[in-house]
Amino acid sequence: MSEPLVEVRDLVKHFPITQGIIFQRQVAAVHAVDGVSFDVMRGETLGIVGETGCGKSTTARLITRLLEPTAGTIRFEGQDISHLRSGQVKPLRKEMQMIFQDPYSSLNPRKTVGSIIAEPFKIQGVKEGQGERRRAVQELMEQVGLNPEHYNRYPHEFSGGQRQRIGVARALALQPKLIIADEPVSALDVSIQAQIINLLRDLQRDLGITLVLIAHDLSVVRHMCYPVAVMYLGKVVELADSDTLYQQPRHPYTGALMSAVPVPDPDLAAARKRQIPGGDVPSPTNPPPACRFNPRCPKVQDLCRQEEPLLAPKDGGSLAACHFPLTQAEAAERLGTAEHA
Amino acid sequence: MSPLLEVRDLRVSFSTDDGIVHAVDGISYTVDSGKVLGIVGESGSGKSVSALTVMGLTRFQNAEVSGEVMFDGQDILLASDQEMRRIRGNEIAMIFQDPLSSLHPFYKVGRQLVEAVQSHQGLSNKQARDRAVEYLAMVGIPEPKRRFEAYPHEFSGGMRQRAMIAMALINEPRLLIADEPTTALDVTVQAQILDLIARLQRELDTAVIMITHDLGVVAEVTDSIAVMYAGRVVEMADKREIFRNPEHPYTWGLLQSIPRLDRPRDEPLVPIPGRPPSLINLPSGCSFHPRCPYVRQRHREVDPMLEPLPDDPGHTAACLLPSETRKRIWQELAAGKQPEDVRAEVVEGGLA
Repeated sequence: MSEPLVEVRDLVKHFPITQGIIFQRQVAAVHAVDGVSFDVMRGETLGIVGETGCGKSTTARLITRLLEPTAGTIRFEGQDISHLRSGQVKPLRKEMQMIFQDPYSSLNPRKTVGSIIAEPFKIQGVKEGQGERRRAVQELMEQVGLNPEHYNRYPHEFSGGQRQRIGVARALALQPKLIIADEPVSALDVSIQAQIINLLRDLQRDLGITLVLIAHDLSVVRHMCYPVAVMYLGKVVELADSDTLYQQPRHPYTGALMSAVPVPDPDLAAARKRQIPGGDVPSPTNPPPACRFNPRCPKVQDLCRQEEPLLAPKDGGSLAACHFPLTQAEAAERLGTAEHA
Repeated sequence: MSPLLEVRDLRVSFSTDDGIVHAVDGISYTVDSGKVLGIVGESGSGKSVSALTVMGLTRFQNAEVSGEVMFDGQDILLASDQEMRRIRGNEIAMIFQDPLSSLHPFYKVGRQLVEAVQSHQGLSNKQARDRAVEYLAMVGIPEPKRRFEAYPHEFSGGMRQRAMIAMALINEPRLLIADEPTTALDVTVQAQILDLIARLQRELDTAVIMITHDLGVVAEVTDSIAVMYAGRVVEMADKREIFRNPEHPYTWGLLQSIPRLDRPRDEPLVPIPGRPPSLINLPSGCSFHPRCPYVRQRHREVDPMLEPLPDDPGHTAACLLPSETRKRIWQELAAGKQPEDVRAEVVEGGLA
């Protein structure tokens, strides 16, 4: 059993909403992340899925300390990093890096690819020699499948998929222990997505990097991750290894997500019983009391409006925050596997 | 009965400083009333430009258009601008990917719907208003009377998409073109919108063209599918045929490069190597040849035509490999073999 690289406990991030021009007072808060706990084990890939506004990107920014948490703790290799001052954060950046969604806006258009990938060296003051730095950059380019001779080209000369490779090379430059990838393939064409997914998988396997993959695409997460956390309105509602999660979702929200994903198989699509929650995700400024999914949940009962369910083990091995988890039959209905089960 | 829409050998090109962009390079398809045609392709495959041309929206740009677009027996490429304005939004309506940029931010949603009705039908303000509220309710917007007075920014993404669908359907068009209608939306909202389009299409007997890059979406809602690559249709068939017995190497690539919930988790993805070609300077011969694992010398010289399969005239594909060879390749690929191995075994084994 490996040890955790990152331990997140009761993490909370509220963004204040203020009113007034000179005397600003806080009138409300956006509860972006509201009590999230999980571990990321060394060398493993954790997936975080959820829809817009569920707090998955905020969680990523909190772990990399681009944001400071309102409450709760983040430990990285046992050290509490939740409230480090900006000077103390810099050495930490050597250990953790991010890959962003949009390969067009995350690369400076006025810099050559070589200097973009070398930027982490410059900031951290490593590989000072000209030749040494150049060699390191070219090795990185080779590693992510770019032609090292294109060292002096500008980002606009590359396609979307190649740009995302540049982003990956930059993230690898300092040989970090942890990489957080926030929607790394959702801006790419379908035929290119597989290239980047395979690249990330190979690098993760060969270099033993710990990866946190954030995505809204359940199929991508299932393909790459072992443990998967499902988030809804700032909370983790289910946490399980992906085989369990995708074979038997226990939280009704997870079930709804599974039944909503379009499957490229006409027969399976017809066999599934769609169980889509009606309406919209409630505002995170004023989340529903007790279970946050209760206004949209098909299995809601009085208890769900009175008492908040905690993330607890359910039979089958997953952790779910639900008073009345889905039965095996209900899960099979949503997956369209009912007749085989 | 003749089809509602018949597109014949449509070509659209734009002249730019870098040269002529052949966005659509001779495509033909038909759509019947009450049916859904899915057009699948990546960015730059010409799928959106072909739809915009059917809507008459490329005629004001520096576009060169040829071919025929027969709508209900009339070639609308020849229609006057005035006539086109009558057809557009009334007989043919379109839903776009980004609802925020398709609704005017300055006007209330209700007013925009009323304008859509009144520009095509002589209804009084009261009648038009009632109709707008009715359609907002039909697409599932809660409290439609109150929402009628709201501005687009007060709506969530899913609600804006619904409002746009209401606006597209309010004149009960006979053809609805949906261009990536759910790409910007979350999966649960996407499912709601797809269900909505399917329901309305059944109830109003509308013909729908669904343009998307998502094979999952076409599997859910369409009747037949056209796969586009570099401005051409490379394969077209009934939905089930495309998923069960695909015959074009690009379709195989698309099917095998996406992670799927209905397949074993460890099954490796097979990416399509390279990237889509430039539409200014198309490759010689088959435009897919630089990315095709089964390419032969002849494919670099001869341009394949979209031809019906010998055993299934309803299924067409533009590939120079013989149909029997293609069937064998797909069998091997579907059984989990890598393209290189299949190539060595089937193509170089002399069968082709």
